[in-house]
Amino acid sequence: MTEPLGASGLILNEKLLWEKGRKGRSGFSMPESDVPSSPLPMELVGDGPDFPDLSEVDVVRHYTRLSTWNFGVDTGLYPLGSCTMKYNPKTNERQAGLSGFSGSHPMLPESLCQGALKLMADLERFLAEITGMDAVSLQPAAGAHGELAGMLVIHAWFKKKGNSRSKIIIPDTAHGTNPASAALCGYIPVQVHTGAEGILAPETIAAVMDEETAGIMVTNPNTLGLFENHLKTISEIVHAKGGLVYADGANMNAVMGIADMGRIGVDVLHLNLHKTFSTPHGGGGPGAGPVCVKKYLKPFLPVPRIIQKDSGQYALSEDFPESIGKLLAFHGHFGVLVRAYSYILSMGAEGLKKASQLAVLNANYLKEQLKDTFHLAYDRPCMHECVFSDRYQQEYNVTTLDIAKRLMDYGYHPPTIYFPLVVHGALMMEPTETESKEDLDQYIDTLKKIAVEAKETPDVLRSAPTRCKVRRLDETAAARKPCLAG
Amino acid sequence: MRFLPHTPEQIQLMLMVVGADSLESLFSSIPEECRRLQDMNLPDALSEWALNRYMDALSASLAVSPDYKIFIGAGRYDHYIPATVSALKSRSEFLTAYTPYQPEISQGTLQAIYEYQTLAARLMGVDVVTASHYDGATALSESLLMAIRKTRRKRVAISSLIHPFYRRVLQTYLEPAGFEILDLPFLENGLTDLSLLEGTTDIAAVALQSPNFFGCIEELKTASKKAHEMGALFVAGFTEALAYGLLKSPGSQGADIVFGEGQSLGIPISFGGPGLGMLGCTSEHTRNLPGRLVGKAKDLDGKNGFVLTLATREQHIRREKATSNICSNNSHCALTAAMYMASLGKSGFCNLAKLNHDKAAYLCRQFSDAGFRIPFSSPFFNEFVVEFPKGFETRYQSLLEKKIVAGLPLSTFYSKLANHYLFCVTETVSRKDMDALIQEVKS
Ligand SMILES: Cc1ncc(COP(=O)(O)O)c(C=O)c1O
Repeated sequence: MTEPLGASGLILNEKLLWEKGRKGRSGFSMPESDVPSSPLPMELVGDGPDFPDLSEVDVVRHYTRLSTWNFGVDTGLYPLGSCTMKYNPKTNERQAGLSGFSGSHPMLPESLCQGALKLMADLERFLAEITGMDAVSLQPAAGAHGELAGMLVIHAWFKKKGNSRSKIIIPDTAHGTNPASAALCGYIPVQVHTGAEGILAPETIAAVMDEETAGIMVTNPNTLGLFENHLKTISEIVHAKGGLVYADGANMNAVMGIADMGRIGVDVLHLNLHKTFSTPHGGGGPGAGPVCVKKYLKPFLPVPRIIQKDSGQYALSEDFPESIGKLLAFHGHFGVLVRAYSYILSMGAEGLKKASQLAVLNANYLKEQLKDTFHLAYDRPCMHECVFSDRYQQEYNVTTLDIAKRLMDYGYHPPTIYFPLVVHGALMMEPTETESKEDLDQYIDTLKKIAVEAKETPDVLRSAPTRCKVRRLDETAAARKPCLAG
Repeated sequence: MRFLPHTPEQIQLMLMVVGADSLESLFSSIPEECRRLQDMNLPDALSEWALNRYMDALSASLAVSPDYKIFIGAGRYDHYIPATVSALKSRSEFLTAYTPYQPEISQGTLQAIYEYQTLAARLMGVDVVTASHYDGATALSESLLMAIRKTRRKRVAISSLIHPFYRRVLQTYLEPAGFEILDLPFLENGLTDLSLLEGTTDIAAVALQSPNFFGCIEELKTASKKAHEMGALFVAGFTEALAYGLLKSPGSQGADIVFGEGQSLGIPISFGGPGLGMLGCTSEHTRNLPGRLVGKAKDLDGKNGFVLTLATREQHIRREKATSNICSNNSHCALTAAMYMASLGKSGFCNLAKLNHDKAAYLCRQFSDAGFRIPFSSPFFNEFVVEFPKGFETRYQSLLEKKIVAGLPLSTFYSKLANHYLFCVTETVSRKDMDALIQEVKS
């Protein structure tokens, strides 16, 4: 094996903010007052929040040190399955930081924000084109918010037809947000099992789909990294009973330029711009979760809608009486939308298709190179990710968690673990297209080495990681007596 | 394409390993009926430099201060952002990481969010604050869903002086599940009228915003007492977090749950998003909170560290029985807010709040001295309402041409308030700009 990526360096300790402050310091350049003082009535005035007083240097050192305890895509390979941790182009940050975009007020008269509206109208069109859907709303703030939007659209559609339904079919491979979003609209999830091939069988759906069921919520490609080959037939079954098909499009990175969700029979779909469209994950967000629909569901999309007048001017319209309403105070996570727009313009149609092809190539390469080392849950050509398990390592009493933790010592972010739930001890790996062959090879070597360690020196895995800022943390004790503020 | 590292030779080698002839054939298992019939119709790819030119032009077409003098707040506030905050938040170790599921390799995010939770709890006067929500409006909605779960009652009472857009979002969240909203009107002094609450017993929560949409400071303590007498929870919140550099915190006035928008805390306005949904409560309700929480933990050697905790409330464990569907949140905005609060410190934060109030009070007095009516007499923070004589609309339009946005017309939100405009002033507005505005409006 070549020299491993992980090395030990100098890690600096850093206190909590309020352990550092000294009263009388300041890290802010206070503007001078040019108006007289105007005190508020005393009974309204409080003591002010107990924030520590720090100097500018205190603040800079604090966060710089903290940042070195973190691992991001810019640090290295981050194969966190289902999260599409692809490289986040720096140009996106530049564009979102332009003063017009970052300073524009959402309540200005339309004539003063044409550029922002044009950007959003274009992006809606691009996303409709990429998915094969007819209309898009950019308002949802994240994937789960897009799911909520989509379920509300379905709910509103049935309500209009005077035909309210109580259930929704959700496969056992679904992300937890799917059932939780459906429940917010009052739907009772009906769980169905994924077939032996790792995808849904039409018979399974036919057996449960009835006129009490609003439809199905299905992730395609699914969370096993497999394309739902029978989705077209499944859509027909659902439609025949008057239901609608919701597709969780969080994994669209596998099929841009290849699959047509509209043709498959999908009625509503959400995208995760923070996955497929390269906007940074920000340590947990913000993302954006646009919701895309077929023509007949367009009247239900969130308001305001962006419309183009005959004059060519863009406007915001509330005139959609069947709309589900508003999901966010303003127009969505505009700053995230600018980044996704910048990405699509940088890539073009060919570039996006190529990205999907290489994402799938990378995942299949990883799968082939590792399937003798780790148990592969479904040995079939995969899409953007592949799911292994710890079955081969169990005889050494080594678990998925141990493998994940050991990867950190070697300089990698671990894959997603213990999800999807249908694979016991899942190790879900999504390399994405922005990883080179050399980097994948080094990661593969590392995992093979870890498999040898599992056999020969299992304690090394069980006590990993040893090179991070902290060793394994006691999450059970933390939850038993939560300390959530200092 | 510069983001795609594969050389043609490497692609061939890799295809051999996976047993495929071509990149296309990787998808051969996808049935014909699921495929696109045509290539995607998108604009041709732009070079980095062509993209810059295009985006520069698009961005330049937008009206922003200081070129424009914009006297609008209404949920998004123009505050100075220190260069340190912009630089530190851009560190890619923070920016390009995801949710800290693996704590040992994410201690930077985790400590920073723990510190955010702490500073935010001090600001809001509560015991616990979540790691973030999407915005103030979804934080309000989640607060009321919490109260509905807790009290098992199906109706909530909402001040009509909560931001009108927040109330619309709330409606979207509550109505499909069959929950009801009782709107509390407002009084002549610009505060919420609580009299509709008399005699009601089935209310899960009473919710107020302070400073409210008109900028007026609500009497939270009175409302809290009323809510608690009815067995309801008291929910209080804000759109302008800076107000609490000056005002008594909502928690200290008896709020059980506090929601808010934290955009003022160092986050660019960015056409309204992303912002920062702040949501906190007293410790009694912790396990009912939606969204992520960071807690303290010890490692194997007894060293202090941080983890995501109380996950059994969340969708990835509880699925449809979770306290919310939220997964990705606005963590990076919470990080930014923490950097901002740390940069200002208590002294800076209080002084800045005072400066904001002084400026807004100055402009309000100038309007009043110039003979315009200030319809609501209650004390306010940063924002206030002015009533203009009939026909001001034309003047408003002509001021736009002079790059002045003279407040936000309120009649779209409150049909009775024709010719009423909501004005906002922050530290970024100079006396000169305010005097110029008065001259223009008077003439
Ligand atoms: C398949 C799938 N669906 C939905 C979501 C939810 O998206 P978000 O975290 O943006 O709410 C995720 C990711 O977390 C996902 O992987």
